[in-house]
Amino acid sequence: MGQVVVLHVDHLKANYGPVEVLHGVNLHVNKGEIVSLLGANGAGKTTLLHCISGLHDGKQGGIYFNGVNLMGVPAEKMVGMGMAHVPERRQVFSTLSVEDNLWLGASHRLPKTGKKIIREEIEEIYQRFPILKERSAQLGGTLSGGQQQMLAIARALLAKPQLLLLDEPSLGLAPLIVKEILNMVQEIRNEWGTSILLVEQNAHSALKISDRAYVLHNGEIQMHGLAEDLARDARIQSAYLGKAVTHG
Amino acid sequence: MTDFFQFLVNGLVSGGIYAIVAIGFVTIYQVSKVINLAQGEFLMLGGLIAVTLLGTGMSYGLAFVLSVLMVTLIGMLLQRFVVRYGPMSNQISLIILTIGLSILIRGVASMFWGKDAYALAPFTSNEPITFSGISMAQQSLWVILAVLLLLFVFWFLMNKTLLGKKMYACSVNLLATRLMGINPNKMALLAFAMSAASGAIAGIAIAPLNVTSYDVGVMLGIKGFSAAILGGLQNPIGVTAAGFLIGLVEAFGAGLISSGLKDAIVFLLIIGVLMIKPTGLFGEPSVGKGGL
Repeated sequence: MGQVVVLHVDHLKANYGPVEVLHGVNLHVNKGEIVSLLGANGAGKTTLLHCISGLHDGKQGGIYFNGVNLMGVPAEKMVGMGMAHVPERRQVFSTLSVEDNLWLGASHRLPKTGKKIIREEIEEIYQRFPILKERSAQLGGTLSGGQQQMLAIARALLAKPQLLLLDEPSLGLAPLIVKEILNMVQEIRNEWGTSILLVEQNAHSALKISDRAYVLHNGEIQMHGLAEDLARDARIQSAYLGKAVTHG
Repeated sequence: MTDFFQFLVNGLVSGGIYAIVAIGFVTIYQVSKVINLAQGEFLMLGGLIAVTLLGTGMSYGLAFVLSVLMVTLIGMLLQRFVVRYGPMSNQISLIILTIGLSILIRGVASMFWGKDAYALAPFTSNEPITFSGISMAQQSLWVILAVLLLLFVFWFLMNKTLLGKKMYACSVNLLATRLMGINPNKMALLAFAMSAASGAIAGIAIAPLNVTSYDVGVMLGIKGFSAAILGGLQNPIGVTAAGFLIGLVEAFGAGLISSGLKDAIVFLLIIGVLMIKPTGLFGEPSVGKGGL
């Protein structure tokens, strides 16, 4: 794994109207890395992802993806540049079938790639997520939370991204399902070399599969480092891993 | 019995037109959450532009195609330069914006064509077709044919093509649509183009049966809008059925009760239905994905 920087966020500030919520965030993701972004509710994690993928407009600073500045690039252009964003709460198309959801994930590539190849890719996705094949004709909204999360990830994978942004894939899911989904994330990286920026509140599980991590607190990066180091850090343990620090 | 079939044909003809207008409303509403109350003006423009082009000695086919293209272009310009910059956060403002647009279009049309009524020649001869005592204008047949064709094209596009699914996806989840690399503005532009084109075709088809003038769009637009609301605003098949229902009630009301009361009967029915079932005849109860 080389140290090619895929994503570089440089002194990013973001605001909602007059309120600044990110105060100069620096962050980078190397090629093939899983980087997690941890933090409590309201720390600005989702806003940061929305800035990166172009969904949020009020921002200053720099966001570089493969060296290209993304400031001012709208969200609908990102997927063509090789970035896929799995948003918070999955956001599957609830009244479209599972299969149509997948086709829409690949839709921007259709003119170049052709129907035949995309159909094969969807078959591959079905092999990786057999439950989606079983449910392929069912409406997206009728799937369980875990299945919807798989569908959202599968849909993003059909964009063949170099960088995958995952926003709280564990939200509202049972621990066993969380484990399954995070394992899948790791498999995706290992097999396809996809770089992954993972936003999680579930710090414990996220650190387990990550190479590096950042901790976002009130709109600032409070700590960053190797995932294993952070997992041992006393401050992280007390704040995010639910382990009381017994001595001062 | 002949009366019955006469009313039936009349009802199907005007009902079909209302269905097309209603589908225009639904198409734009689904993609961009805009109720485009200028929809009826597309029909008026289609008919009047065709009249003018025919007046220059152009062949019927060419005038038809050119008129549809021009109205389509007008529809796209409205979306691109006006509706797109409307206050996206507020549906009421957008509705008022489109009312304003319809008044503007009507005003410009009345300057251009005056307040006179024009007759558009029928597609084929004026000779009515008669069998077993029921006579029917040839144009009525053309209208029904055009309506069926348009309905099929809409159905095919929305259900069988990825483009249709992209447009529909905008109505289901706008955020996810953008993340799939689909530009909602482009889809809205396409929706306006489709609605304008279908409106123009319907306007040209219906014009020879009545006369056409700068204000025919008002009533057609209101009836089409009523069909859209009665049908539930989200379900193209529902609004099509509602369009035909309104047309039939109107024709039978005019024939059996009083032609002066035909609009009153239709609207009484709509008010009654909406009081009992506010989501419309075929609308799903709102699940937070649309509906006013």
